Amino acid sequence: MSPLSDQAVLTETDLPTENASAGPPQPTPRRHLPVYPVPSALPSTEACELPFFGLDTLWLQLTGTLCNIACRHCFITCGPKEDRVPMMTWPRLRTLLAEAEQLGVKEFYFTGGEPMLHPDFFEVIAYTLQRGPVHVLTNGILVDAAAAQRFRQLFFGSRYSLELRVSLDGMTAEENDPVRGRGTFATIVSGLTELARQQLSPVITVVEHREGLAAQEARQAFLAFAQSLGLKQPRVKFLPLLRLGREPKRTHGYHHEDVVRGPLDEAVVQSLQCNSSRLATEDAVLTCPLLLDAPDARLGTTLTEASRPIHLRWSACHTCVSEGLSCRT
Amino acid sequence: MSHLSLSSALPAPTPTGALRYAIFGGIYNNYLSLPAVLDDAQRCGAQAAFCLGDLGGFGPHPDRVFPILREREVVVMQGNYDHSIGHQLADCACGYTDPRDNHYARLSYAYTQTKTSERWLPYLRELPPLLRQTWHGLRIHMAHGSPRRVSEFLWESQCPDAFLARLLRQFQADVLLVTHSGIPWLRRLPASVGGGLVVNVGAIGRPANDGHTGVWYALLTIAPPAGGLPSTDAITVELRRVDYDYQRLAADMRAEQLPEEFIETITTGYWTTCLEILPSKERSLGKH
Repeated sequence: MSPLSDQAVLTETDLPTENASAGPPQPTPRRHLPVYPVPSALPSTEACELPFFGLDTLWLQLTGTLCNIACRHCFITCGPKEDRVPMMTWPRLRTLLAEAEQLGVKEFYFTGGEPMLHPDFFEVIAYTLQRGPVHVLTNGILVDAAAAQRFRQLFFGSRYSLELRVSLDGMTAEENDPVRGRGTFATIVSGLTELARQQLSPVITVVEHREGLAAQEARQAFLAFAQSLGLKQPRVKFLPLLRLGREPKRTHGYHHEDVVRGPLDEAVVQSLQCNSSRLATEDAVLTCPLLLDAPDARLGTTLTEASRPIHLRWSACHTCVSEGLSCRT
Repeated sequence: MSHLSLSSALPAPTPTGALRYAIFGGIYNNYLSLPAVLDDAQRCGAQAAFCLGDLGGFGPHPDRVFPILREREVVVMQGNYDHSIGHQLADCACGYTDPRDNHYARLSYAYTQTKTSERWLPYLRELPPLLRQTWHGLRIHMAHGSPRRVSEFLWESQCPDAFLARLLRQFQADVLLVTHSGIPWLRRLPASVGGGLVVNVGAIGRPANDGHTGVWYALLTIAPPAGGLPSTDAITVELRRVDYDYQRLAADMRAEQLPEEFIETITTGYWTTCLEILPSKERSLGKH
């Protein structure tokens, strides 16, 4: 059976309308950049060069842009009908992992789309866990009792760490569902509860889709909420909004002044994940997971080709540099 | 003082020609576990002791560890804490990202900074950032966090063989010894990635989140080469847990009004802070 038919599959038509969003649309007095595909905001001659220190982190776009929901803030416009970036095949995965090992990789991140939609998802994770620690970024919708049990087996049976990250954008359906889709809150909470039953403590990832969501009190409230679901060692990670993909339709895109200009502080150079990570798809290697739709973020087809300095010429770089966004768990 | 210094006998190997060294890190002001570890190493025949940094933080009375290190002739290198305190920086630069971790890190740092006498600051500032040794032909690299970053955490569950082999190649070492994360582990790398040995010696300042109040260090015995090329197979590693008077330390911490969460760690063996940096696997072994 296709994972797509397992449960709680939502389509674009299930999503709320603009009017159902939390709060009124924000005023947009300034000019906006076009948002899709993602253009570079600066020519490389004007952009800061970021060195590459070697491959620590390999991001794998396991299901391309295919997802079982279509979040209104999704920065790479994934959805049930979005197949513009194809699903990863076994030959490609094996080649990438072997090359990554040759380069001394430290960790693997699986993302999508929704990575659990891959027909061999658990086999892929088991195969990768033999080589190093794995992080899975999931929306949690496909986490039922059987899936949670598989995760448990992998977690306790592996030499390396398996980190699960489950996206949830509010502590109530009223807060979450306008962004992630009707009915998703209940389904995600059910998935988290199943993971808790298996003694697993995923990181709940929250996008700051409205002001104040990541405030200290909210963080404490989220931790308490996670504990109320039975998560014994709860963790919460807040992510700033990325004004790419669908987000510009919900609020607004980046402004023309949202660019990174040098020189970069050494602490910033050291903190940026793209100094040591790359994103691989079925047919390309790119600078980072945010820039899936940026044609000039493609660095080649192999990791070796992509092991070179980049220029921070995209507006999204502004979020990482100025707001300290880190994609790390 | 009746204790012999450990490194006074540094040039002389054991009667079998083996070298035996104690390696530890993360003292965290624990002036009671430090002599307990040195005594244990001495009983085991260690000829020298190396400290991989982070003398301060967490525990009470920072000034009490410096004389012990000097008197016992411990070879000390600099950790991120020592660098920050020595240079009077604004924070410990431990590498935490979570607000709760940072909250307790700030309390710990402020206490240690206030209570460290000015006369020890040059000592902390001048500690070397790494130690290189050659033991029976083996290239030994000692770092605080990792050879490439003082605040990088090397957790057992997050270090693939290929990654560790890359560090050994990059820093031209056969053996890598680190601390900083606070939980001990060791890995012998397979020949398929070039071999080598990596040991995280843990920390002696607080327990290893294992429900035991003792603290951990590493005892390395290096046999003399039996002909041929030096090999890490000649090294025997013993990760040793040492008990000490933790109740006295807890009483001191309480008297110094250090956070009750820190004291709970000392008395239960389980971490109550710095939890967000733990990978799920290591964290699942703890209580919180």
